[in-house]
Amino acid sequence: MSHHLVEVRDLHFTYPDGTDVLKGVSFRITHGESVALVGANGAGKSTLLLHLNGYLTPTRGEVRIGDAPLTRATVVSARRAVGMVFQDPDDQLFMPTVFEDVAFGPLNAGLPPNEIEHRVVSALERVGMSHLRNRPPYKLSAGEKRAVAIATVLAMSPDVLVMDEPSAHLDPRGRRRLIELLASFKHTKIIATHDLEFVVELCSRVIVLDDGKVMAEGPTVELLNDEALMLAHGLERPHSLRHLHPH
Amino acid sequence: MDELGRLDTPVHRLDARAKVITTLIFIVVVMSFPRYEVSALMPFFLYPFTLLALGRIPFGYIFRKILIAVPFALVIGMFNPLLDRQTIASVGAWSISGGWLSFASIMLRFFLTVSAALALIACTGIHRLGAGLERMCVPQVFVVQLLFLYRYLFVVADEGARMMRSMELRSAGPRSLRLRVYGSLVGHLFLRSMDRADRVYRAMVSRGFSTVGGSASGGNGEIRVLCQTSFRWTDWAFIGGWTAFFAVARIWNLANALGRMVAGGGS
Repeated sequence: MSHHLVEVRDLHFTYPDGTDVLKGVSFRITHGESVALVGANGAGKSTLLLHLNGYLTPTRGEVRIGDAPLTRATVVSARRAVGMVFQDPDDQLFMPTVFEDVAFGPLNAGLPPNEIEHRVVSALERVGMSHLRNRPPYKLSAGEKRAVAIATVLAMSPDVLVMDEPSAHLDPRGRRRLIELLASFKHTKIIATHDLEFVVELCSRVIVLDDGKVMAEGPTVELLNDEALMLAHGLERPHSLRHLHPH
Repeated sequence: MDELGRLDTPVHRLDARAKVITTLIFIVVVMSFPRYEVSALMPFFLYPFTLLALGRIPFGYIFRKILIAVPFALVIGMFNPLLDRQTIASVGAWSISGGWLSFASIMLRFFLTVSAALALIACTGIHRLGAGLERMCVPQVFVVQLLFLYRYLFVVADEGARMMRSMELRSAGPRSLRLRVYGSLVGHLFLRSMDRADRVYRAMVSRGFSTVGGSASGGNGEIRVLCQTSFRWTDWAFIGGWTAFFAVARIWNLANALGRMVAGGGS
């Protein structure tokens, strides 16, 4: 059974305080695709992402991971299939050392010690952070924290990577490294961001979210080039698409 | 504290359970002394000091941690000298009332037990300690509470430090805070820590942590650690040796005996 498929059907969500955040979102993301979820602040991106691993339960509609709907019964396998990288790495790194942090997921999955060791080492190698294995996570730089946070998710060998604002707080070099790293992954990727240059480089498809609804969906260059659409939803046409020749 | 817990020394290699049991026996024995006892408590400092020394934990660091908790012990003991003025002993021209003696005894016991508890955490690491407790059949709810308490302490302190900084930047000099501002500050700190705790928990859950029993993954709130130690003969020796020492020190006043020996040898 392939888990690489993510489908959202007519998703509605209302917070307990009565705020309607999602008002009927539908999309389908297939194997190996790299899709950007763009929209202004408060458009509902983060809330939508929290549905993808069952942390929030929809008020109406459903989420399907692979071939099965996300329910209480399937939530464990769905969480293993969908790796979440949160907006703030400080929330994600909570163990005393980088090694233990990356090992947290595999440990919870009940893997044998040598398999855990192997997974941690290869996940850290993958993101180029092996030299930090014994350091406490809170002493790392923002770029290192981001890379380690990604390693913690890779160690669980997910089929789908979901990221919330991965390029936030990174310096240009850190951002460049992140782009190269993500481009090298074969996973299905869902990236919520308003860094549109980042989207141009990494994603083939874009979903524009505003006011809890999907406003537009289509190929990256086509959609982001639509100045009227971008401005209407609190975004702007990326600089790199404006000038086709570099200057 | 986390970094100390990861050191690799003979004391760190001991099983967490052995250290927990020994420390518990230690605390019970220290607490069992009559209330005016001072000198007989002295030999008990050997236990925390040995743990710290063998575990290569800096004394100054632990001492500063103990000082944080001193006010609590002071509050408990401070009325003794006022209420209990009967003279019990005298040193030269000084007469010592029972109140002061019991106050000294309380402070000593405080230093002993708190230093032993801190030494235990520093020589074990909170996660191994949690796993050890769990294997000693301590209910999982308590162990998870302990671990979260420890983890979120830093989260709250972090939020607090950030709020204080932003407040100081806008409060034009070191003027003392109005009570109303303090109220709002504490309220915000609470709400922000709640939010942050929620996000940390969310991150744990998405990596397979679950406190609901019987899930298919087996990750039912169990605290899992990488280097699980097993009980070896050294662990038994650790418990046995220290318990024997505690028993001897409880029955005979070793400090007095040592004093007599030195005095006897001198004359």
